[in-house]
Amino acid sequence: MMSVDGLMEGEFFMNGDDACAEGAIAAGCRFFAGYPITPATEVAERMSRRLPEVGGVYIQMEDEIASMNAILGASWAGVKSMTSTSGPGFSLMMENLGLGIMLETPCVLVNIQRAGPSTGIPTLIGQGDMMQARWGSHGHYEIIAVVPDSPQEMFDLTITAFNLSEQFRIPVLIMSDEVVGHMSEKVVMRQVAPEDLVTRPRPAVPPEEYSPYLSGDDLVPPMAVAGEGYRFHVTGLTHDERGYPVMTAEAQDKLVRRLVDKIRLNKKHILRMEEVGLDDAEIVVCAYGITSRVAKRAVQLARQEGIRAGLLRLIVVWPFPEERVRELAAQAGAFIVPEINYGQIVLEVERCAAGRARSILLPHMGGGVHHPETILEAIREAAV
Amino acid sequence: MESFSVFVPKLVPKKDYFAPGHRACIGCAEALAVRQVTKALGRNVIVSNATGCMEVVSTPFPTTNWRMPWIHTLFENASAVASGIDSALKVLNKKGFINKRPKVVAMGGDGATLDIGLQSLSGAWERGQDFLYVCYDNEAYMNTGIQRSSATPFGASTTTSPAGKLGPGQTRPKKDLPAIAVAHNIPYVATACPSYPFDLMDKVKRAMAIPGPTYIQVLSPCPTGWRYPVDLSIRMGRLAVETGAFPLYEYENGKYKLSFDFPKLRPIRDYLAPQGRFRHLRDAEVDQIQENIIREWQKLKDKVEA
Repeated sequence: MMSVDGLMEGEFFMNGDDACAEGAIAAGCRFFAGYPITPATEVAERMSRRLPEVGGVYIQMEDEIASMNAILGASWAGVKSMTSTSGPGFSLMMENLGLGIMLETPCVLVNIQRAGPSTGIPTLIGQGDMMQARWGSHGHYEIIAVVPDSPQEMFDLTITAFNLSEQFRIPVLIMSDEVVGHMSEKVVMRQVAPEDLVTRPRPAVPPEEYSPYLSGDDLVPPMAVAGEGYRFHVTGLTHDERGYPVMTAEAQDKLVRRLVDKIRLNKKHILRMEEVGLDDAEIVVCAYGITSRVAKRAVQLARQEGIRAGLLRLIVVWPFPEERVRELAAQAGAFIVPEINYGQIVLEVERCAAGRARSILLPHMGGGVHHPETILEAIREAAV
Repeated sequence: MESFSVFVPKLVPKKDYFAPGHRACIGCAEALAVRQVTKALGRNVIVSNATGCMEVVSTPFPTTNWRMPWIHTLFENASAVASGIDSALKVLNKKGFINKRPKVVAMGGDGATLDIGLQSLSGAWERGQDFLYVCYDNEAYMNTGIQRSSATPFGASTTTSPAGKLGPGQTRPKKDLPAIAVAHNIPYVATACPSYPFDLMDKVKRAMAIPGPTYIQVLSPCPTGWRYPVDLSIRMGRLAVETGAFPLYEYENGKYKLSFDFPKLRPIRDYLAPQGRFRHLRDAEVDQIQENIIREWQKLKDKVEA
């Protein structure tokens, strides 16, 4: 059902890419810069059709470098913005993702992961960009990345992603995958109450007293819109509170610390995870995205066999839930990490477990998903 | 146009370098264009091929249609890779390791050429790299499922320029890449179409004989993306030329030459009507397209006569 203002409400049967586009519209996204790439094209296609219906603008760019930059520009002009892509396009966006982080620009970047490296298997799944999401741009920074496991979450977490990006003035990554993007399931769509939609902090002082990068205790500076009367000077160079370039080690220290700390110190507002049977778990399966749904089945089967297994599903992967993994490492004997790459998030688990529990990688090189039996077998072996 | 008597099969070189058995859609004029281009190229070439339909349909593992050295690059970089090949051959030649340099050819679709690959193509032209670039222009991103590109003509409906109450499909005219090529002062630029096979093969041979950067844009009708019956591809190419929607011409050393001149262009409606991508157009928009074509045709004639 379509409401008067063009938002969709009710129950629908749709794929994850389409649900992501609808989530963005529900979150107030009114600008999308797109470029075709399998398996993310459907997000752009839906946005090209839907945005004009809600008074928004879709433009197709000449490549992914331009797409990323267009949403940075649109965000500075005051509009919630998004782009979507997959592996090769994600790589092209990396330099400009860093620009978005440096300029503290709220925006959302969707990566429907496919199997790589390079062109790889464009039509089939991979989860090989998880570390690229963390470290892909140059310089040191923190990032926020959410990982949906279903079309429903593609809708819900896209709204969450917009809220986090507005709240912390940072590009937020939606690290989905080809299976979640292309599978069709029931999606319940709702209008988001205005109080549940976060908008970026706005300057509370008159223009003559405004400094674009002066922040309070939460380390997130208020953001003026270009052209509304506030002094507007933003730069990718290292800058001080006024936004002007300052090429000193001191200014660099102050800026990078704040960019990183605004995420690190606010972690409790950002982290989201799902826990299944962890209270008494001796074996913890740590998974994310589509892999977590396979893992959930394996954990069920293990429980039926009397093995005390549990699932830690990462909904926010970056920042990494270090404290929770440390707690579990003190309680459980082993972590099993199934992922569709040759070992990425397992490195984080291993780091946090710090030798107190074993970390077992269950890799899949991509082009398909794990079989529950494979994970179950690993649980059995670990339980011995 | 109904007469195909100009086509004499025995005059076509027998040898194919693009082997049969590719997986292109039925009626794909782009695969036909590749076949004709490779016939004219011969075997002593190295091909750098951007991501796109032709890369996907011609190389499903473990098979290949290419009877020549062939490199699949990414989407944006066929010209940059070709520049590297060209430069390496120059070095090998200079140091006496090879006596005769193979020809270098870069290929890509319209998205890879007019959009994402334009920067690397422009760079190669500016540096004067010695290779032929062939753009197979089917006027949209067909490989990912018919999204608009900057080669999509005004009024065409695609999945990212959908026609509807709020718009007539693509709202801007097709980017004139041959004009951009000419602006780089490269020695040879041409447009071609597989509906005119001898003209196409002649142009490829001519381009190959000229040192320095050369460019050919080949209109490749696409029944899947343009939504017309699969047996009409050759006819669609001819209609594009005869209506002036895609004039065939050459530019060599500052001089333009029309490959096919017509005392009077066919009405554009003949070209638009069979295509699903234009079926939503109203008379006003068709008239506007007709006006633009006549104006552009006159501009081209002026250049030819200049």
